Amino acid sequence: MDAAITYLDHAASTPMRAEAIEAMTPFYAGVYANPSGSHRFARRARRAIDEARDVVADVAGCRPNEVVFTGCGTESDNMAISGAVERLGGVAVCSAAEHHAVLHVVESVHGAVVGVDAYGRLDLDELERTLAAIVARGEQVSVVSVMAVNNEVGTVTDIAAAARVVRRMAPDALVHTDAVQAPCWLDLREITPHVDLLSLSAHKFGGPKGVGVLVERGGPRVAPLIIGGGQERERRSGTHNVAGIVALAEALRLTDIERDAERERLAELRDRLVAGIVDELDDVIETIPADAAVEKVAGSAHLCVGGVESEALLYLLDEADVCASAASACASGAMEPSHVLAAMGVDREVALGALRLSLGHTTTQADVDRGVDVIVAAVQRLRGHGRR
Amino acid sequence: MKVMCAMSGGVDSSVAALLLKEAGHEVVGVTMKLWGGDSDTGCCSVSDVDDARRVAQQLDIDHLVFNFGDDFDEHVVEPYVQAHANGVTPNPCIECNRSVKFARLAERAELLGFDAVATGHHAAIGRRPDGTLTLERGHDAKKDQSYVVHMLDQTQLARTLFPVGGMDKSDVRARAAEIDLRTAGKPDSQDVCFITKSDGRETFLGDRIPFRRGSVVDADGHAVGEVDAVEMVTVGQRKGLGLPGGGPKRYVVDVDVEQRLVTVGDRDDLLRPSLEVVDVTWVAEPVEGSVRVQCSAHGATRGAEISSQGPTVHVAWDEPQPRIAPGQSVVFYDDADRRVLGGGICR
Repeated sequence: MDAAITYLDHAASTPMRAEAIEAMTPFYAGVYANPSGSHRFARRARRAIDEARDVVADVAGCRPNEVVFTGCGTESDNMAISGAVERLGGVAVCSAAEHHAVLHVVESVHGAVVGVDAYGRLDLDELERTLAAIVARGEQVSVVSVMAVNNEVGTVTDIAAAARVVRRMAPDALVHTDAVQAPCWLDLREITPHVDLLSLSAHKFGGPKGVGVLVERGGPRVAPLIIGGGQERERRSGTHNVAGIVALAEALRLTDIERDAERERLAELRDRLVAGIVDELDDVIETIPADAAVEKVAGSAHLCVGGVESEALLYLLDEADVCASAASACASGAMEPSHVLAAMGVDREVALGALRLSLGHTTTQADVDRGVDVIVAAVQRLRGHGRR
Repeated sequence: MKVMCAMSGGVDSSVAALLLKEAGHEVVGVTMKLWGGDSDTGCCSVSDVDDARRVAQQLDIDHLVFNFGDDFDEHVVEPYVQAHANGVTPNPCIECNRSVKFARLAERAELLGFDAVATGHHAAIGRRPDGTLTLERGHDAKKDQSYVVHMLDQTQLARTLFPVGGMDKSDVRARAAEIDLRTAGKPDSQDVCFITKSDGRETFLGDRIPFRRGSVVDADGHAVGEVDAVEMVTVGQRKGLGLPGGGPKRYVVDVDVEQRLVTVGDRDDLLRPSLEVVDVTWVAEPVEGSVRVQCSAHGATRGAEISSQGPTVHVAWDEPQPRIAPGQSVVFYDDADRRVLGGGICR
């Protein structure tokens, strides 16, 4: 990485772990065979995938044959939702704070969207009412999708509690969780037993872009999204991304080992970052307050900065080589007002000053201190021009 | 200078960025995301943003996308829709320049430490010996866009650059082709960017305001036809009035949306000795006396005497002129027809 860059955007993508890069490189120019081939060269590639699958199963808390390697987290989410609707029929349901990889799929199949509380967690009472209403009008529920960790504000949702509501109200429905933001912070073994489907994405935990996982517990539960050569036991066709899969597994293994220590280290740095900014500047809201009775992941700092606009603030941070983000970007690259903050009931005016700072395995105290200095100076400069 | 170049993804703004870079300025390209709905072209579609970004990459300048969708809705689209509901025909490109490009974007550029905003408009900025800045027609008469940027005042002109304003369009394309810019052969955008060709203005407005049938009457008040949507009828219009063919050419001379009444007449009935212009802005000092007046983006100018009556400018035509649709921008040029003096909205 460019040494001059202060990278506070790990929730968007975190740097690859050196061990993961080392693990994947032999599979490009060396063991390049198609793992579906019948020769011994192919079998070496095949073996690497099988071993990777064992590692992922161990960390995810499932059996190896429940692990499906996909092309990315979005593909996993799409497969979970549209695959469930195709196979089971019925209504897809998700929370209003889901990533677009879930939300837009549920909307595209005319599903139901359930509200969230002021912290972005699924409203369990509303979920119950929504499921009851669907059942009452004689329809089935195909899948209920609830994210484990919100990608914008970092709130943890109690997946076990959500799953209990689904099992009670719609016993035939599948429970899916988008756990793409979870592996660095939560032990997946405590989540997986409560769900039928779980999505992961390698580049969020030190693996490469372009490879993900869908855990399908109890064998095939949903229709495949990609049909062809029948790889991944007919659940996801397409030649395996051998190098990517190997690197995903290695990154996940290390993430699991280091999780407790990293969580503690990064929570301290996160608090230092937020305190540094909030102490220096008036009118900055920590979107999920530190003292709120809600679990929030260690790497996440989300602020709403009064009197400035995210686009302008991010420009000045970028100019000073500090990488941060606001809400999600649309196809054109323009910042869209956050649907997550809107679902949480945050005023649109307030949400326009959203700033997401996310820490990860390479973050140092020097990064945080420099981040504070640059952010404070940028906000003061923007405010110096008068509030809009 | 540090210059923010508004890049629509078209050839003019691409070459504008190129010229600024060549002149040694520190250039950042910005594409504004203005419209969330369907669009053929203009400033809003993802492919136009792609074009702008790829050009910026080729020129090795930074490229950003700013979302000014809320401002565009509030200051351009909503007023456009409301105006039609009131029987007024506005020019949304001018309102976008007034409220978004040379206001919102320019303010942000200043906030972020830029010295100027550049655009690909074919218009020129000059300076008189006394230091007053002037706004002049672009070099290429056929592509001149001074009409749509007439609202710029001294403060704005001081922070605005029109790098291609002194060039012929063919030279702009040649410059783009010379360094193989991907936008070199891209056709000019012509239409309102938030209205698609396939759906058209009628569908766009019909989705947003209730259309009401209207009667078409002649000067004596005799009914001669009917229109489906009186909100779609514009003064000066000749077609789509449901009139039987074969007769003399008839024009819309008046639209009364409240009474749902469209009055038609022959060309002489359309002629007026004068018009009133409101919301007038001046490039420098207010002007009175003999001027040239332009009432559409590529229309010819006519001679007139103008005089201020409070906030309104009274335009007395040298010769009677066809009536201008309310809502149209009316721009005053000097007698040589080169320099913009000011302009406003036809009442």
